[in-house]
Amino acid sequence: MSSACISPVADKSEVPPTRSGLGLIRPDASRGLIDWLTTVDHKKIGILYGACALFFFLVGGVEALLIRLQLMVPNNTFVSAQTYNQLFTMHGTTMIFLGVMPLSAAFFNYIMPLQIGARDVAFPRLNAFSFWTFLAGAVLLNLSWLFQAAETLGWFMPGDGKTDIVPAVGWFAYSPLTSLQYSGCGTDFWILGIQVLGVASLAASFNFIVTIINMRAPGLTMMRLPLFTWMTLITAVLIIFAFPAITIALAQLMFDRFFDTNFFHVEKGGQPILWQHLFWIFGHPEVYILILPGMGIISEVISVFSRKPLYGYPMVVFSGAVIGFMGFTVWSHHMFTTGLGKIATAAFALLTMGIAVPTGVKIFNWIGTLWGGRIRFSVPMVFALGFIWMFMMGGFSGIMHSAAPADAQQQDSYFVVAHFHYVLVGGLLLSLLAGLYFWIPKVFGRMMSQKLGYWVAGLVIAGFNLAFFPMHYLGLTGMPRRTHTYWSGFGWETWNMLSTIGALILGFGIVLCFYDIIRTIRKGTPCGSDPWDARTLEWSLPTPIPAYNFAQTPIVQSRDSWWHHKHTEDFDHMILYEGAEPIHMPSQSWFPLIGALGLFIFGLSMCLHQAGIPFTGYGAIAGLVIVAFAIICWALEGPGGYYLEPKVPFDKTLMRAKNTTVACHPDL
Amino acid sequence: MIQAVSHVHPPTATGIENKKLMMWLFLASDCMFFGTLITTHLIYRKLFPSGAVEEGVVNVTNTFNIELTSFSTFILLMSSFLMALAVSALHKMELKSFRRNLFGVIIFGLIFLGCQVFEFIEFVHGNPITGAPSLTLSNSVFGSTFFVLTGTHGVHVAIGVLWLLGLWLYSFTGRMTHESALDVEVAGLYWHFVDIVWIIIFTAVYLIEYI
Repeated sequence: MSSACISPVADKSEVPPTRSGLGLIRPDASRGLIDWLTTVDHKKIGILYGACALFFFLVGGVEALLIRLQLMVPNNTFVSAQTYNQLFTMHGTTMIFLGVMPLSAAFFNYIMPLQIGARDVAFPRLNAFSFWTFLAGAVLLNLSWLFQAAETLGWFMPGDGKTDIVPAVGWFAYSPLTSLQYSGCGTDFWILGIQVLGVASLAASFNFIVTIINMRAPGLTMMRLPLFTWMTLITAVLIIFAFPAITIALAQLMFDRFFDTNFFHVEKGGQPILWQHLFWIFGHPEVYILILPGMGIISEVISVFSRKPLYGYPMVVFSGAVIGFMGFTVWSHHMFTTGLGKIATAAFALLTMGIAVPTGVKIFNWIGTLWGGRIRFSVPMVFALGFIWMFMMGGFSGIMHSAAPADAQQQDSYFVVAHFHYVLVGGLLLSLLAGLYFWIPKVFGRMMSQKLGYWVAGLVIAGFNLAFFPMHYLGLTGMPRRTHTYWSGFGWETWNMLSTIGALILGFGIVLCFYDIIRTIRKGTPCGSDPWDARTLEWSLPTPIPAYNFAQTPIVQSRDSWWHHKHTEDFDHMILYEGAEPIHMPSQSWFPLIGALGLFIFGLSMCLHQAGIPFTGYGAIAGLVIVAFAIICWALEGPGGYYLEPKVPFDKTLMRAKNTTVACHPDL
Repeated sequence: MIQAVSHVHPPTATGIENKKLMMWLFLASDCMFFGTLITTHLIYRKLFPSGAVEEGVVNVTNTFNIELTSFSTFILLMSSFLMALAVSALHKMELKSFRRNLFGVIIFGLIFLGCQVFEFIEFVHGNPITGAPSLTLSNSVFGSTFFVLTGTHGVHVAIGVLWLLGLWLYSFTGRMTHESALDVEVAGLYWHFVDIVWIIIFTAVYLIEYI
């Protein structure tokens, strides 16, 4: 079948110039910027995702701190009411879509193919397209800040005279606030930005599901998959079923704003409640899309640092799947106060309480894993333990919301803000930090400072609790969320002041962490390929990981196969290796980037069209033409490919050196 | 210097080809897209039995041209039959038969699209003979949900026609190999799905009005 005219090379820089199906030279041998722009390597794409996600975490963090500074004292005029609305809208949108989801995608991209013993994801060019499309959507959303600045300076004036160019409708953008009557082109930036980001998430998820189902190494059955890979799979399934609802809702809203349809026009019979339903049918699974990857990371970290297999592995997998399924059945608990009727309210309340069961099962399994383990309190483990505690607290206030009568009191108050920040910051952020501290040594071959790491953990956990625990009191004493300022005399002053101080401490901890990441990448202490004495396949690879990942395809015989390979004499559980052959690599391509650029041009033109800038309608059409052009060229150039000669690390007949000394890092 | 490096398909863990699995996943997701649109349409249909807030703005059965739509539905169903023949022909590497059948699918797809365009124009203009008032995107809730739902389906058909046209043209380049059968099969899956969705839309949007 294959007629490899090109002989295998040791490194891709030696690949001779080859022509694609279009007759163009492929950028395979390129270095530097062109290599990064055209790469199809899941590891490089993972790093790109991670770098962008961390940058947008900082952007969202600055927005959060500005919000807290405004609320520090009563009657504050630090930012205007309009800017405040823009800040909380962009804070939520940025953290969810540009911070957490891409950071999870970074882990999915980098770690998951290594955990299943694959050479790459199933569709490498599509993977690159997902990343560039994500970046296009992220830049589109945040360009609104630049246009707003230009408007303030008098360089740019929207035709309709509305000056809110940054989205200011809240991250769930309730109708009819989003109608042309009440909001300017900021809403269009939000619609188009989220729409483009949705394309990226969908494309990535199709890719991940196919990869996990189809590209597993021989012997790696579904019930031997590492937990992180399982959670990647469930998250991706949630994305492909949840995102269509928001895509259509956004399309309906876009038609309302651009073509005067009546989906949400009250005077013509449109129902704003429909937006709420469609949004939350997406929005609630989205909550699990955010948290499940974190739960996967925690399952890995706790198992490694307890030196025990995950307790009740099948139950943890099954609970994850049940959470994913039930995530689709509870959306209306966001809408208890809209008057759904008794039956619907009772059903949604019961289901919401029910979803606490699989979540509780997971928590008990993590505790069961810790029980009797030889626990090492390394930095990732400290974050993981913090996750269990903080996430549980967020879960408890979640159960309080599930009781519809209680929720009626808590709706739209700071109590809700406290709840979801406990889940998303105390839970999710800590798990992502655990993941960063856990896997950065694998990615860059350098160990992050443990001493600084403990400081980061202390500052983040303490600052976080100081910032968000007072919000419970604020909410229960009646402070509404999304309020620009408040009067003194309600008893809110102290708690708000404490909260702001906590937020600043939290922010300092995060900056310290990011500083340490950059320091580590540049000049951290080199560590071995398996500094934590970990359990899954990615740690079996040398660091830096070769472009082709596995020189020989591993044959997996057990769960936690790398652990058994290192530590048992039992040949029935060790990893076996297939013979080494030249490895086929896909060629790099410009067209994923060009396609994403087309989507960006389309989105930006639509927004500016709404703002009344002339000729932008043609820009939107041009954007779509570029997308079509990229797709056609993509298909015609073909996947291409070249062969790499793998460097086999050791004699495959030996399988494993006896008495392997596990090189632990001296700090640990 | 053109060097032929054919893409190596490693055996997959399930035995299903990656591309085919990908298309099934996309179709699963696409069900939710159409599900959301159809639900929106039916909810508004129930809320506003006359199709709009005021009576007399919309007259659904007078507007619809059910004979024409039934005809185009039949054409679309038959195109699926030809699509199956085309896939089967390429599996046997009978290029001539493949081209002929695929050309038939494209023509049938274009007939369907032509009927839809004609229908849309007719609806927007209204019909004084049947007494159908003009139906537009913005004059009623029914207009909004109807045009966006059927328009989304029309866009799916149009993308399918362009895709199949691309494959048809590609078959003349001589590069079509046995491996291309998978690509055509995947396009076929998409085409059949778009067809099935139309059966649901035809029932839930058109036929239901005549009960």
